[in-house]
Amino acid sequence: MNKAAGSGAPRLAVAGLRTAIIGPLDLTLRAGECLGLTGASGSGKSRLLRALADLDPSQGQVWLDGQLRETLPAPQWRRRVGYIPAHSEWWGEWVSEHIEACEPDRPDPAALLLDPDIAAARCDVLSSGERQRLALLRQLQRRPDVLLLDEPTANLDARAVEAYEAVVAARRERCGLAVIWVSHDRAQLARVAATVAVLERGRLVAPCP
Amino acid sequence: MSLIYLTAWDLAVAAALVAALAVLSAPLRLGLARPLLIAMARAAIQLYLIGLVLNALFGAVRWYWVAATALVMLAVAGYEVYARQQKPFAGWFGVAIGPLSLFVSSFAVAALTLTVVVAPTPWYHPQYAIPVLGMILGNTMTGVALALDRLTDVIRRDCAGIEGRLLLGQTARQATLTHRQSAWRAALVPALNAMATAGIVSLPGMMTGQILAGSPPVEAAKYQWLILLLIVAGTGFGVLIAVEWGCRRLFDGRQRLRLERLRADRRGVAAKKPR
Repeated sequence: MNKAAGSGAPRLAVAGLRTAIIGPLDLTLRAGECLGLTGASGSGKSRLLRALADLDPSQGQVWLDGQLRETLPAPQWRRRVGYIPAHSEWWGEWVSEHIEACEPDRPDPAALLLDPDIAAARCDVLSSGERQRLALLRQLQRRPDVLLLDEPTANLDARAVEAYEAVVAARRERCGLAVIWVSHDRAQLARVAATVAVLERGRLVAPCP
Repeated sequence: MSLIYLTAWDLAVAAALVAALAVLSAPLRLGLARPLLIAMARAAIQLYLIGLVLNALFGAVRWYWVAATALVMLAVAGYEVYARQQKPFAGWFGVAIGPLSLFVSSFAVAALTLTVVVAPTPWYHPQYAIPVLGMILGNTMTGVALALDRLTDVIRRDCAGIEGRLLLGQTARQATLTHRQSAWRAALVPALNAMATAGIVSLPGMMTGQILAGSPPVEAAKYQWLILLLIVAGTGFGVLIAVEWGCRRLFDGRQRLRLERLRADRRGVAAKKPR
């Protein structure tokens, strides 16, 4: 943690990752780095994130800070490699059941343009935009080393998108959080990521200019 | 009071009631007429045959005949557990989980009852062993089938929620706690209700049978209480084993939810994971 952006050994390294749908593919992500990922619907973007989060079986090798995935218990891996799907799940009755009130490392809800008292809200009245932003809060308070974001701002207005991007950028800079950001919005990827790659039929093609 | 023997006419009158129900339900298109008549015929044939088998067993008390009868009962109960599920587990596990959980729970509870509580001589005397095992096995079978059906149903419906919990670093056991609780409740509530209301809302079947057969009511009540306890114990242990094994089977070594380990359901819709 707390590595300077873009320096040091790879935070996430992938070699020969393959499932029934994707790969084989290799990629490297350094601390604080953000890789933008785009591609046609059905090209395997979500499947790639699921495989990296160890939700789907995959072949090949994945390392986190030099540690092979299989050497870490799966729950610990998923805490350190946080994945926010396009549709986050909220099973408790109240937001507070999902988000710790006293977590020091939790971003301020106001930074994401959320009501400061949103933790007291019921989950079933949340809008899709609130759910997306709360999913980020929920994941960041677990202090992941890598964050996998699948269309994270699809339901947000322009101001909320800006706030979302700023919160992720701050965490990258401060804690060396490495990010894979999946989006169809090329302009957004150009803003948030130094490198943008395209996934075609499950294979990464050369990074876009 | 002596036993009043039933004639074929007596049974025919009772069967006519079910036949009348089947005939009346036909125009309502409830689809019940055929299953009702088949179930009635099956029960008549099966009960008559088991009556003959028990007659033969009582005549020659041999452990191997009792064991053979028990194994046939176990095999049929295991098949029923499999057949009653909408989406059973695929492969050998789907066939094995029912008989295994029934065997471990029902046979252990029945053996303990026969050796310690009732203690006939010999302990496997078919007059006691077969009815005790049958009572426990029948109820455990229903409980295990209900539990597995509920477990696979709720996990399949809430697969996204379970994966959401896994993504926050929960273990598979933590992520499926409410699902396992739901399966437990579905399976045990009928047995608990039967125990809680026994003697007030209704006289349980076995007690009624014993009283009709001429046993003193207080003795019948003691046997009925014993049987209710055994049913709850057998069902509880069977459900505990089935739910734990079943839930474990739905996850792999990396605690990933593996819904493809369920068979395609009976309507031909395959169990699929969300994209």
